Amino acid sequence: MDKQESHNNTTLKLSELKPGDRCKVLKISGKGSIIRRIFDIGVRSGAEILVERVAPLGDPVEFKLEGFHLSLRKEEAENIIVEVISS
Amino acid sequence: MNLKANNKSNTDKKDSERKKIVVAVAGNPNSGKTTLFNGITGSSQRVGNYPGVTVEKKTGHRIYKNYNITFVDLPGTYSLSAYSLEEMVARDYILSEKPDVVVDVIDSSNLERNLYLASQILELDVPMIMALNMTDEVRKLGIRIDIELLTQLLASPAVETVASREIGLTDLLDTIIEVVENSTVTNVNINYGEEMEKAITELIPLIEKNEVLSKKYPSRWTALKLLENDPEITRMAEEDSQIVELADNQRKRIEKRLGDDTELYIADRRYGFVNGICKETVQTVHKSRKDVTEKIDTVLANRVLGLPIFLFMMWATFQLTFTLGVYPMDWLDAGFGYLGDFLSSVMPEGHFQSLIVDGIIGGVGGVLIFLPNILLLFLAIAFLEDTGYMARAAFIMDKVMHSIGLHGKSFMPMLIGFGCSVPAIMATRGLENEKDRLTTMLIIPLMSCGAKLPVYVLLAGAFFPEQAGNIIFLIYIFGILLAIFVAMLLKKFYFHGPGTPFVMELPPYRVPTLKSVLLHMWRRAVMYLQKAGTIILAASVVVWFITTFPPPWASSQNENAIPTQGNMISENVEQADIELQTASDKISNSMAGHLGRFIEPVIKPIGFDWKTGIALITGFAAKEVVVSTLGTVYALGETDEESVELKDALKRDPHFTPLVAFCLMIFTLIYVPCMAAMAVLYRESGSMKWTWFTIGYTTLLAWIVTFIIYQGGMLLNVS
Ligand SMILES: Nc1nc2c(ncn2[C@@H]2O[C@H](COP(=O)(O)OP(=O)(O)OP(=O)(O)O)[C@@H](O)[C@H]2O)c(=O)[nH]1
Ligand SMILES: [Mg+2]
Repeated sequence: MDKQESHNNTTLKLSELKPGDRCKVLKISGKGSIIRRIFDIGVRSGAEILVERVAPLGDPVEFKLEGFHLSLRKEEAENIIVEVISS
Repeated sequence: MNLKANNKSNTDKKDSERKKIVVAVAGNPNSGKTTLFNGITGSSQRVGNYPGVTVEKKTGHRIYKNYNITFVDLPGTYSLSAYSLEEMVARDYILSEKPDVVVDVIDSSNLERNLYLASQILELDVPMIMALNMTDEVRKLGIRIDIELLTQLLASPAVETVASREIGLTDLLDTIIEVVENSTVTNVNINYGEEMEKAITELIPLIEKNEVLSKKYPSRWTALKLLENDPEITRMAEEDSQIVELADNQRKRIEKRLGDDTELYIADRRYGFVNGICKETVQTVHKSRKDVTEKIDTVLANRVLGLPIFLFMMWATFQLTFTLGVYPMDWLDAGFGYLGDFLSSVMPEGHFQSLIVDGIIGGVGGVLIFLPNILLLFLAIAFLEDTGYMARAAFIMDKVMHSIGLHGKSFMPMLIGFGCSVPAIMATRGLENEKDRLTTMLIIPLMSCGAKLPVYVLLAGAFFPEQAGNIIFLIYIFGILLAIFVAMLLKKFYFHGPGTPFVMELPPYRVPTLKSVLLHMWRRAVMYLQKAGTIILAASVVVWFITTFPPPWASSQNENAIPTQGNMISENVEQADIELQTASDKISNSMAGHLGRFIEPVIKPIGFDWKTGIALITGFAAKEVVVSTLGTVYALGETDEESVELKDALKRDPHFTPLVAFCLMIFTLIYVPCMAAMAVLYRESGSMKWTWFTIGYTTLLAWIVTFIIYQGGMLLNVS
């Protein structure tokens, strides 16, 4: 897995980011089928994610990854630990 | 379609001379598998621009050169783990049926994630061909893929295709034959790292000694699954304590060493492997501008506008279905009127004439005139499914669904339910959680399906001519609200449990192909006509019969009693009035009349008389029959020489007020799903209990809701 780069210490949960933020996945924590599902759909460590928009009623959130768009609820996005690239 | 012509040139060969090949079509959801399958086999399975359209495997055939090739279209999967029903179907098929070739349909615009699945298929030791689909979109994105290199790296041939335009399909067929003729399974093993490889090497000899496991699956794959703790494979190995023990020990050792779950570790290594391949083969030629999908979504999925736009689109759909549909509907209606008049004038008067004119033309014709509305409705649904908006609707509505313990994806079957409950109930297979699936299945009958539309169009058109579109929209929305309410109750009192995650891909918007939209409508038209020619025809004949003849025990007295009674009341009135009186008296003394009056006490409090009662009873067969029955009953009640449109006949009936008409729409919306829907519900839930529950609760709910509306309306004097 990618080592966290030392000069950038802003590791956050994906759920904490705002639309327009760009980040890189460090680790997916947690256990069970939810995590496996997130993995299988293409959120692997090292993947770059752009937070695209929040749904009209406040949840879920749409993310853009290389080659596809994905919708996750905030509670699922909490399992994804990311490093902010730009905001 | 021209593929069929190709087939014919080969049909002179005897079938036995042809070599049989079985090809499984697998791949990520929404990668174009069914489009490709349809293109090759000439089938017309459902295609749609959202993940999870295909839920069952479907088979089709293609004669090509000297081969008889069977294609099996599988549900889309992201992986071959065993977490959802679709994944199980796909994995089981490849593993236990052992097809000659697996065609992995790849969405080339998302190569990495698609190859992640390909790498798992490779491990099953079946020859694989990659169909690099959507190459048209890839080109637009400014991406180039080195196909030769890809073929080399994965030791499997790759063919470029654009399934939606039937490009590359012949290449694919040639490649399939080539692979089958020189079947050399070349192993490409992903290196899972020292620790994992050590564990695999230790497990393989034990697996090979085990008869069950070794015969069924490739040993390396089994070892990997045991280390991943795959529930199904672990269960199969249960007997063999030696294997279980070793796998457990190794898993624990590795997890301690790497500080990570083995399952995730394996997935991560696999992504590493795939990522390497992508880096070598994918080249971005030019960066594309912000793509169209993103632009559209800044409006359609907008934080503020998203919800109003969604509601507006639904409103517009029903407004259009009504206003545009009304013209051809009137032509058809007039046409059937002329036909009826013509037949009355040429046929001798009597029961047979009445059966044809009042029974069949009144009944079946009364339903057929709504064909234009049905087609418009399905046009709208085809757009919803083919453009990609469906997934956005789920995105927008997830919060609402989540608040009642359901899933945004439950909203997709509900929207499909606007067309027909049968595919909607099938579509619940896309839901991973069994409780969510059952809850969604049970509420789908509350969505206004296409069969209920004729009832609405008839009644709204007759009693609310200015507001018809709005009234119909209101009823649809009411159905959704009621469904959400029932789901909430079910979740609260019965199906409680942890919610399921909402992990869903939002596909790019696509322009629906004309072929797909027309096919969709055509299939619906055929189904509607078939229904009219079978169930509705049969129901009309039965309704005519029970409305024309008195019950056997009452026949002799009544026949005499009516005319005298009629004469007494209206001795000095015009002849026509007497006839009308006689006609309605006759119906009222018929079997249907008795039946209707038998249930009248139950339906009186909700505003219906016995005539409506008959229609509601026969409506158990199919909802359109409500209309056809009213058509027959009112046609028999009319004695005019000229036939009267059902719409006008209803308006003339003093009992039918706008309030009653509205109540009938609401009751039809809610009560008992049709027989076809019940059969599918039984099959998909596997439970007689839930099927009866649905019949019971919908009828009860219909009564209660209509009661409130009718009594409330009477109190407020709305009529
Ligand atoms: N542009 C483009 N669109 C395509 C191509 N092939 C399929 N499509 C479209 O992609 C969408 C998905 O097609 P389907 O055939 O339903 O996909 P599927 O893989 O069967 O999907 P599931 O059954 O949900 O797993 C449809 O809107 C098709 O019209 C292609 O080569 N190019
Ligand atoms: Mg499909």
